Amino acid sequence: MADTTLDAKGLNCPLPILRAKKALKEMASGQVLAIEATDPGSAKDFESFCTQTGNELIKASEAGGVFYYEIRKP
Amino acid sequence: MAQKKLAIIATKGTLDFAYPPLILATTAAALDYEVTIFWTFYGLQVLKKNRSLKISPLGNPAMPMPIPMPVLVQALPGMESMATIMMKQKMVSKGVASIDELMDMAIESDVKMIACQMTVDLFDFKHEELMDGLEYAGAARFFEVAQEADITLFI
Repeated sequence: MADTTLDAKGLNCPLPILRAKKALKEMASGQVLAIEATDPGSAKDFESFCTQTGNELIKASEAGGVFYYEIRKP
Repeated sequence: MAQKKLAIIATKGTLDFAYPPLILATTAAALDYEVTIFWTFYGLQVLKKNRSLKISPLGNPAMPMPIPMPVLVQALPGMESMATIMMKQKMVSKGVASIDELMDMAIESDVKMIACQMTVDLFDFKHEELMDGLEYAGAARFFEVAQEADITLFI
């Protein structure tokens, strides 16, 4: 279950990443951020974002053109 | 681990070319890079308080046009403004951030902005016309930044 949810639908690169970063900044260690996005590029971008920042991508899925991610703050 | 650093030289001042330095700078900041952009020549237009950046189809054969348009038509008065308005509308409809938004986010995430003093003089720009909080310096200052950087880009 996510602690915070970010609606990034309709936003294009790099806005989903920038908004996610901002949301994570407000969150405590161990909390989970859920993100909904429609930018197809976000799939690879959130993977790369997590690899480089030490955040954990615990879920990534897609349904009907909406991408859903869960990221845990280290 | 030491913080990674990115140094960018931004030399262009059209609406389309204002994007790459700001997209890369804001994204790198989100990836915990310390980012510096050295704005020189036409790039200074992006730093103006009242920026009005334009895009031109002229001399830009790669720019997708809604209908095929001969170069002579592209050169008609008003075409540049029209292309700019259309591009901005397209960007809004595709959820692409505006340059103002990206600049605000860059400032918010502590991207350091250096304006090239030589080109400020060359174009007779006043410091008051440009954004607050800029550092004014020259090529030697850029190298001080670049030699510490993990990535250096010229745009």
